[in-house]
Amino acid sequence: MLAYLIRRLFISIPLLLGILCLSFLMLKLAPGEPTIIQQDLQARATGAQRETLRQLYGLDQPLHVQFGRWLWRVVRLDFGRSYMPDGRPVLDKITERIPITLGLNLLELLIIFFVAVPLGILSATRQYSAFDKSMTLFVFVGFATPDFWLALLMMILFGVQLGWLPMSGLRSLNFEYLDVWAQAWDVLSHLILPVLVASFGGLAYLSRLMRGSLLEVIRQDYIRTARAKGLPEGEVIYKHAVRNAVIPVVTLLGLMLPGLLGGSVFIETVFAIPGMGQLFVQSAFSRDEPVLMALVVIGASLSLLGNILADVSYGLVDPRIRVSGREAR
Amino acid sequence: MTGSRRPRPKSPSAPGLLPLLVLLALLPLGACARSEPAAEPAAGEGGPAYGDTLVEASIGDISGLIPNITSDSASHEIGNLIYANLVRTDKELRLEGELAERWEISRDELTITFHLRKGVKWHDGVEVTAEDVDFTYRYMIDPKTPTAYAESFRQIRRAEVVDRHTYRVTYEKPYAPGLLSWGIWILPRHILEGPWKAGVDLRTTPQNRHPVGSGPYRFREWKTGEKVVLEANPDYFEGRPYIKRVVYRIIPDQSTIFLELKARNIDMAGLSPIQYRRQTDYPAFRKAFNRYRYLANAYAYLGFNLLDPRFQDKRVRQAMASAINKPEIIEGVLLGLGRPAVGPYKPGTWWYKEHVKTYPFDPERAKALLAEAGWKDTDGDGLLDKDGQPFRFTIRTNQGNLVRQQTAEIVQRRLRAVGIDVQIHVVEWAAFINTFIRKKNFEAIILGWGLGMDPDQYDIWHSSKTGPDELNHISYKNPKVDALLEAGRRTFDEAKRKAIYGELQDVLAEEQPVVFLYVPDALPVVSARVRGIEPAPAGISYNFTKWYVPANLQRYTR
Repeated sequence: MLAYLIRRLFISIPLLLGILCLSFLMLKLAPGEPTIIQQDLQARATGAQRETLRQLYGLDQPLHVQFGRWLWRVVRLDFGRSYMPDGRPVLDKITERIPITLGLNLLELLIIFFVAVPLGILSATRQYSAFDKSMTLFVFVGFATPDFWLALLMMILFGVQLGWLPMSGLRSLNFEYLDVWAQAWDVLSHLILPVLVASFGGLAYLSRLMRGSLLEVIRQDYIRTARAKGLPEGEVIYKHAVRNAVIPVVTLLGLMLPGLLGGSVFIETVFAIPGMGQLFVQSAFSRDEPVLMALVVIGASLSLLGNILADVSYGLVDPRIRVSGREAR
Repeated sequence: MTGSRRPRPKSPSAPGLLPLLVLLALLPLGACARSEPAAEPAAGEGGPAYGDTLVEASIGDISGLIPNITSDSASHEIGNLIYANLVRTDKELRLEGELAERWEISRDELTITFHLRKGVKWHDGVEVTAEDVDFTYRYMIDPKTPTAYAESFRQIRRAEVVDRHTYRVTYEKPYAPGLLSWGIWILPRHILEGPWKAGVDLRTTPQNRHPVGSGPYRFREWKTGEKVVLEANPDYFEGRPYIKRVVYRIIPDQSTIFLELKARNIDMAGLSPIQYRRQTDYPAFRKAFNRYRYLANAYAYLGFNLLDPRFQDKRVRQAMASAINKPEIIEGVLLGLGRPAVGPYKPGTWWYKEHVKTYPFDPERAKALLAEAGWKDTDGDGLLDKDGQPFRFTIRTNQGNLVRQQTAEIVQRRLRAVGIDVQIHVVEWAAFINTFIRKKNFEAIILGWGLGMDPDQYDIWHSSKTGPDELNHISYKNPKVDALLEAGRRTFDEAKRKAIYGELQDVLAEEQPVVFLYVPDALPVVSARVRGIEPAPAGISYNFTKWYVPANLQRYTR
């Protein structure tokens, strides 16, 4: 198991390198460079000032030199300083935001999993019932609804019309004057809308997957055997069928992580949540290369990690799959 | 404070024109400021009272709290409340002293002597002196300082601290815009000089995150990506501001800001024309907010690449001006919230010339002018041609500014009607600037300029400013205009300058180096519980420290 893990991590390195190389190139190929945003339409900025900035950032060097230098710094976990006028270390900018984004995504994953699995089971066991059909409808709606539209509708309904929930941010303005319980509720109430909107698509997808997987398992011989033994239906489904049906779902849950991280870009912008996604958007529009590249490194690493975890968990939940180095040989 | 924020694609509604213009974005000009009947102060609600919090939204996080070295409008707005300047413009857009009690201009107009108020304190209790002004000056002209506002300070030949409260600067040549450039934020020498001398980048000093200023509001906290909180400075030298706290919430999405406004979680914002006309015109909103409307401090134009021989003929440019129906653009795109532009200045300023040559909508005249310039439809395909080449060009504008894109479409249709085929190309901001503007790789553009508080527009129209990093990107060259621009800088005499810039406006109206399209309206809204707002030519924000919420209407009591 450990050997497998190590090997997987090892294989990830060239993959990560490839991702970084591509992202770096794409960023450099994009028209406009950071000095533009800082200087271009500022009155009376001279060409000499621009050249000073270019040298300061090393943008006057050839591409491969820039890439090499950057890579060497990344290996030492030195992401440099942001090009934004605050000039803060990139790592500081990101670490203060990582907990928010990771927390949100974990919350979303949990909600997706613990809601989608029961929904899928109910749909499968009551195939073609009114419930199943309405779930089918829900899934189609879930797939078809653009996030940004859903977000706005929810905000208009719950924030403006009914006034039940806060629409943006993580805390109220009077947060520091609240007692602990009120503070907890304050944060929770701020999370409801973004988490709901972010989970919606994944929920639809995963519940459909659970349904299909369970339906397939139910038709297996060993289920027929279990039923023939005279086991009660509940035991057949929950003890024997679900266990096997949930395996592909767990795997896919791990693979959903990159998608959710990508979704954070949008969710955090609309709901004004100061996480990594929001930082990504800001950095992209201001061509803040050090921050952008650091976010790409972190995003890529997290996605690769998600893949590895999915594979490992696959082995954990499915005894048929053995992941020891010896057997693989 | 009018919500002239960094929109999603980072494209300022108008590229910065003069150093001070972003600085003064806080004070939108207004020739015909008008407000709707505001909720009348109810009897017995009491007079001005201290307290309450005003919540504003900013679309981008601020980039730092030393505004001298930032360029985003959010940092500048907040900077304006934290820092004081030597001079500023008043409600009528005249210069007045802030930290400077008064100033003298020498007879030869080369030297300005500022006399500072005595007893003004930094927020940490240290006195503000001429040494601080001098430090700010030396920091601004340091080539290592990443600022865009250095140029006007580089015109200074000698700067001296005469005594603790007197500061004197001598320019190379008389430089009228120089006075206004002292509207720069004065920085605390006792905090910054040490690090600066030690070669530390001031952006990394605590001052950039926890600033000490001398303005009406003190810094309280900045939660990255979340909010900035300021608190009234009880020792402000013009009196403690009534509104106790100002919060800037950072909300990176326009629609979210608007929804929060509708839910009354935000007290102040700027509206778009469609929001003004269609989405806020219902009783509950009008009860909760006062809406204001006055001319914004900017104009939009259709510019031509004057290196292209087709556009070098004045008659062709005049023909374009006649072919375009400006009122139609204002009706269709701005929903009537703006007025036609006839030159590069805002109506209502002292240098604005009321009567210049205009080009009323007249397609027949446009065709006649084009025919005179040799453009005729010889092959009967409906397009004008000359030497076998049809008249065809592309208008480029930046993404994220719907108003400009729609304007381009209307222009396209009108020019097609006189036989000119126009394509439209919308490009993302950074690419737009780098690929097209800097390299002069364009035929026509629709863009806007923000306007300064001084008529000097040397950087936009002077023939020496046509380099790749300079602002005369249309490459306009006219010796007469050059001479006028130079003369306008060399005297402080308002009557003389008025005559000079009047003549400049006549020449530009005749020449049409660009087709001046429209001056949009600024459309701010402020919570109805706020009193003391007096719309003036300067807009509404100029007397922010005098705004108040009557005691019984205060919403945030802690």
